[in-house]
Amino acid sequence: MSAVDTPQQRITVIRPSRGLSLRLGELWAYRELLYFLVLRDVKVRYKQTVLGAAWAGLQPLTSMVIFTVIFGRLAKLPSDGVPYALFAYAGLLPWTYFAAGVAQSSLSLVGNANLVTKVYVPRILLPLSAIVVPLVDLAVAFVLLGVLMAGYGVAPGVELLALPLFLLFAIVTVAALGLAFSAMNVRYRDVPYALPFLIQILLYVSPVVYPVSFVPERWQWLYSLNPMAGVIDGFRWSLLGTAAPRVSTVGVSAVVAVCGAVASFVYFRRVERHFADRI
Amino acid sequence: MSVAALTAEGLSKSYRIGGSADRYDTLREALSRGVRRRGRGAPAPADRTVWALRDVSFEIQIGEAVGLIGRNGAGKTTLLRVLSRITEPTAGCAHVAGRVGSLLEVGTGFHPELTGRENVFLNGAILGMRKRDVERNLDPIVEFAGVERFLDTPVKRYSSGMQVRLAFAVAAHLETEILLVDEILAVGDAEFQRRCLGKMEGLADSGRTVILVSHNMANITRLCSRAILLRDGAIVEDGAAGDVVARYLGGEHGTAAFRTWPGDDAPGDEHVRLRSVRVVDETGTAAPVIDVRHSVGIELVFEVIGEPRPFVPWIAIFNDQGAHVFSAMDVDPRWQHTPVRGTYTTTAWVPGNLLNEGIMIVSPSLNTFVPGKAIRHAHVDEAVSFHVVDPGQGDTARGDYAQAWPGPVRPLLQWTTERSGG
Repeated sequence: MSAVDTPQQRITVIRPSRGLSLRLGELWAYRELLYFLVLRDVKVRYKQTVLGAAWAGLQPLTSMVIFTVIFGRLAKLPSDGVPYALFAYAGLLPWTYFAAGVAQSSLSLVGNANLVTKVYVPRILLPLSAIVVPLVDLAVAFVLLGVLMAGYGVAPGVELLALPLFLLFAIVTVAALGLAFSAMNVRYRDVPYALPFLIQILLYVSPVVYPVSFVPERWQWLYSLNPMAGVIDGFRWSLLGTAAPRVSTVGVSAVVAVCGAVASFVYFRRVERHFADRI
Repeated sequence: MSVAALTAEGLSKSYRIGGSADRYDTLREALSRGVRRRGRGAPAPADRTVWALRDVSFEIQIGEAVGLIGRNGAGKTTLLRVLSRITEPTAGCAHVAGRVGSLLEVGTGFHPELTGRENVFLNGAILGMRKRDVERNLDPIVEFAGVERFLDTPVKRYSSGMQVRLAFAVAAHLETEILLVDEILAVGDAEFQRRCLGKMEGLADSGRTVILVSHNMANITRLCSRAILLRDGAIVEDGAAGDVVARYLGGEHGTAAFRTWPGDDAPGDEHVRLRSVRVVDETGTAAPVIDVRHSVGIELVFEVIGEPRPFVPWIAIFNDQGAHVFSAMDVDPRWQHTPVRGTYTTTAWVPGNLLNEGIMIVSPSLNTFVPGKAIRHAHVDEAVSFHVVDPGQGDTARGDYAQAWPGPVRPLLQWTTERSGG
């Protein structure tokens, strides 16, 4: 072990925090930890399971079959001119990511309590890594989508180029809820009980089983306040070439998502100073 | 000129117990409290503020090794948590020059499903190490932990000892300028603890600043040149490790080098009463800290009263791990006769270079041995204690070997060697 010859001139000041500091530079300094936290959860995720990563495709696939039978065949909901199964699956991709991302990030701080109380790491990395991890499942589910689309003879068009934008949109939406919920869960352990209800309700106010066009014109503005409306509509358009989403719907959804994520981030920064004392 | 690695000015930390800061708040409680407060103007439940740290100020120079000592709840761990930025101080500030590594728990973030190698990288990242630093240190880490053959086995298949060794090995290779360590040497088997101690000594010698919390005073005096004694969150004493440890043992360990019973509650019966017990050095003055090379006296003062009976002064010495080091009694023939009334002072001299380093606890008795049994006239469990220290000048039984020396005693023996043949 080498001696330290030159004292680091970097001085850290520890004092009661006043006001708000976003400390974005610190996040960059700890980027390797984010990588290892994601790697940990990805590697651990399907250990000791028989089906392994196939679960990532199986879950939306099962939902797709059920939705196709109930909403496509029995209820005969419209599907924007593509086979209902494809329509449902393309919507379930971002939805499954959203549900898993929100659930996992909300529980991330309490679930990693000793990373909060026994060592200093930027706490926000914990919900952030939980937002990244389900993207791996999403990638697996995408492969299955490719198979389905080939089976139905549907080829993606040039709209596919817009997909990364909507993926980013989905990530921002998950962050908007996940960061705030994870911080709230440190203090209020109601979060794990409220979360399944919330996600179930959101499923029905998001265009997963029906198209956005199904919503009456005069309620469109209200509907687009749900960011997942814009995300799912955008996914379908870029993957299946359904009707282009309205700029107003996607615009409002995007603004809500970005404002939500910023507010969520600021809330996290405001309360994180108490995490170690309250968790 | 020495440079400060760490400066604390008036650090204070309070916790609210009860009231609004309860551990498991629920949303409903928060809401209903808000409603109550607004509706009737009823006061919120009274909060009790507990100060875990009070106005703590100190300066630590680069390369210093400082021990933090004090009873449980004195604020040692809270201070480490504040200095490692886990929790914020309520008031005051600290300036830290360089990177801080904190080891408040061994193996934070270890995941049982991951392999040893994966956990090394994950744990390293959690402790703030860069990936390339871990890669560079991977071989020494694995060698130190002794898990070469199991590096690609999930950690859940490891024995608990192997897990701890691997975790400490990662931490020991942290290359931060300042290292905060909380009682982690209390893990692993004796042989591994010795290696940890050696590593810790290496850290201090390599010019890094170390702050160590430990309840093991022998480790504090061995590893640290300076110690800070905390009580109820405030600094009581800050100075040379030997002096501060002596103060702590003298007044805080529950026993001291001197105890006296002037009143009627003195231990004893109708024949004899113990009046005082002292630990004295060679000059006869009470001394809580004894140089391992010097003899130490256990002085008993007792009063023979009533109808005297024959008895023998007797002592038992235990170390801080509870090992019974030895018992001894005075075999002088005078004790076979019935003593006359009066106050007696008798001192048992334990020779130098016999006891090992560390805390020694003395339980004195006044006993009568009759065939088949012993009658205890007076007995006090753990009446006094003292601390045996080795100034490390190479003339004791440990020679120049600086690491932990096992066993309750450490005699300096005479060795003879003869060479034959060849």
